[in-house]
Amino acid sequence: MDMTILQVFNGLSVSSILLLIALGLAVTFGLMNVINMAHGELIMIGAYSTYVTQGLFSAYMPKSWFDTYFIAALLVSFVVAAAVGWLLEMVLIRHLYGRPLDSLLATWGVGMMLQQIARFIFGAPNVAVTSPSWLNGGLAITSSIILPYKRLFIVLLVAVVLTAMYLYIYRTVQGRRMRAVMQNRSMAGCLGISTRRVDGLTFAIGSGIAGIAGCALTLLGPIGPSIGTYYIVDAFMVVVLGGVGKLVGTVVGALGIGVFNTLFETYTSASIGKVLVFACIVAFLQWKPRGLVALRTRSLD
Amino acid sequence: MKKQSVIVKGWASFVLCAILMSGCVTEKETAPTAGAGNGSPPVEAAGDSIKVGILHSLSGTMAISEVSVKDAEMLAIEEINAAGGVLGKQIEPVIEDGASDWPTFAEKAGKLLQQDKVAAVFGGWTSASRKAMLPVFEQNHGLLFYPVQYEGLESSPNIFYTGATTNQQIVPSVSWLLENRGKKMFLLGSDYVFPRTANKIIKAQLTAEGGELAGEEYTPLGHTDFSTIIAKIKEAKPDIVYNTLNGDSNVAFFKQLKDAGITSKDMTTLSVSVAEEEIRGIGADILEGHLAAWNYYQSTDTPENKAFVDKYKAKYGADRVTADPIEAGYTAVYLWKAAVEKAGTTDVNKVKEAAKGIEFAAPEGKVTIDGDNQHIHKTVRIGEVQADGQFKELWNSGEPVKPDPYLKTYDWAKGLSGE
Repeated sequence: MDMTILQVFNGLSVSSILLLIALGLAVTFGLMNVINMAHGELIMIGAYSTYVTQGLFSAYMPKSWFDTYFIAALLVSFVVAAAVGWLLEMVLIRHLYGRPLDSLLATWGVGMMLQQIARFIFGAPNVAVTSPSWLNGGLAITSSIILPYKRLFIVLLVAVVLTAMYLYIYRTVQGRRMRAVMQNRSMAGCLGISTRRVDGLTFAIGSGIAGIAGCALTLLGPIGPSIGTYYIVDAFMVVVLGGVGKLVGTVVGALGIGVFNTLFETYTSASIGKVLVFACIVAFLQWKPRGLVALRTRSLD
Repeated sequence: MKKQSVIVKGWASFVLCAILMSGCVTEKETAPTAGAGNGSPPVEAAGDSIKVGILHSLSGTMAISEVSVKDAEMLAIEEINAAGGVLGKQIEPVIEDGASDWPTFAEKAGKLLQQDKVAAVFGGWTSASRKAMLPVFEQNHGLLFYPVQYEGLESSPNIFYTGATTNQQIVPSVSWLLENRGKKMFLLGSDYVFPRTANKIIKAQLTAEGGELAGEEYTPLGHTDFSTIIAKIKEAKPDIVYNTLNGDSNVAFFKQLKDAGITSKDMTTLSVSVAEEEIRGIGADILEGHLAAWNYYQSTDTPENKAFVDKYKAKYGADRVTADPIEAGYTAVYLWKAAVEKAGTTDVNKVKEAAKGIEFAAPEGKVTIDGDNQHIHKTVRIGEVQADGQFKELWNSGEPVKPDPYLKTYDWAKGLSGE
């Protein structure tokens, strides 16, 4: 019984991590239809931003402030990754809209360059980030069911990011412009929306969310130049399974993969669990090629 | 200016990648650092040197462990060079990056033997990398010094094993755990040859010595989500978790174990791939009280070790630590030197013949190359992690143990080696 409760929570926790790494991609790939292979490297940039913030705090701030570094790191990760994303959009991606294969190749190359730059700056070995002390330990529900604070925090963080994204896309003027551009670019342009600016902003937001994901990943394990490649497949799987172009699809996709991954791992092993999940995804996409939540728009036709 | 060069180098590596489609990461790391920081005067001409290969993962998931073994081997080479070299010649190291990728290890080993014509190679960590290099060394008739404890059941005429084999680490530690910590054991390991073979041996030993198997789990190398496995461990309620995870996965596992509310007081974990270097990366506060079995600790009390630790810290920084594979890598260079000097040549056959029975006062105590199987006699130790990241020795075998890679002296191990 305890095992079941714990596994339900673990499934939710794995889902929330998947969702966090896929949310940024849901914007750049899902909404903008740009196959951004450098998405994993934007996650890496977020992770290293956290590492640097932590280093700055322990070097220049009073010791008692150290525990607050993580809040600052979340912000720094978002801003740095968004800035890199914005630059990337301006220099490269802007010229490749509507050419998915070209953007795939170009961003793949950018991804490797970013990895190499990280190796120059931080060295090849992976580094570990010290978690703030208020995230150590866990919430004890019974003696055997302990929910780690870090995972609770990530679940909470995902909820906050998701809400913020929803509010931005559906409740603000910029969000409405963004949806207009994604659905019908030329019509939106005719109505006086600066599509270029909207494109740049949207891509920067997607990248910034990847940065937040990178920041959160430092809580779970070590980080290194190639951390992004470890998560990029999962992120694409979530978005493709969920159905390209719909936020709700991404959420459902992440939940599905996370829960099934945990379920399979419980009854088999870590390696076989992953294989089974991928087998299920392949089978599902045979049956419903457009994913769980299909969207009908002209931009995708 | 600096930024520009970063971009230029980044582009260069990108182009390289596009052409080769693989191995792009490794090329950059192989810049010849030979002679860097070398204390000896550069009087020796190139023709008067002996080339040796250093082949470790300097990038990727294994870099956390292997970079410092490379450092220790470089220290030994530097010391030998400063003292006059080998056979009156300076040693010239050629450094290659295996990049935590087994095919790369095989490829680089071939390059070192065929192109650089090195006299010997010091390298490898994971068994997968050793298994990948083994045929290359046998075909090219090269010499590999492998510095890490491993799963045994192997003996190549072209490899010297300076780390422990199973009867010098795993088998005695399992017996000790069954006597001192309980009977119910959970086996957790990375999904490749070392943990799977080690666990096969442990399971046979548990059956023979009255232990009980509580569970067995493997994760892919580099795996970072241990929530389900920790739930399974909680469910199984073992007395002991025998941990054969490798590399960074240990960071994630111990962090998450602590967050799940399991400490060393609730359950014993014994690791065979977590040494001082890994403790530094994971954090001593997280690992305090957990156990590890090795042949050497930085705290091992011998005069040779005191000198070794001092030299290592003087060269690489006071915050650096030594560990078992680091010591084994350092010792390997000296054992090779002794064998070459006894043989009077770097010819592989003659060096192998001369190596039989060679002794060396290593930091861990006296070690001897075994004449039968090219492993070395080593003392076994079990230690507990202290708050400062160092080990407190709980038990040792008292004397160097003769290596027995095929476990021929154990009745229960019959049939394990497939012979």
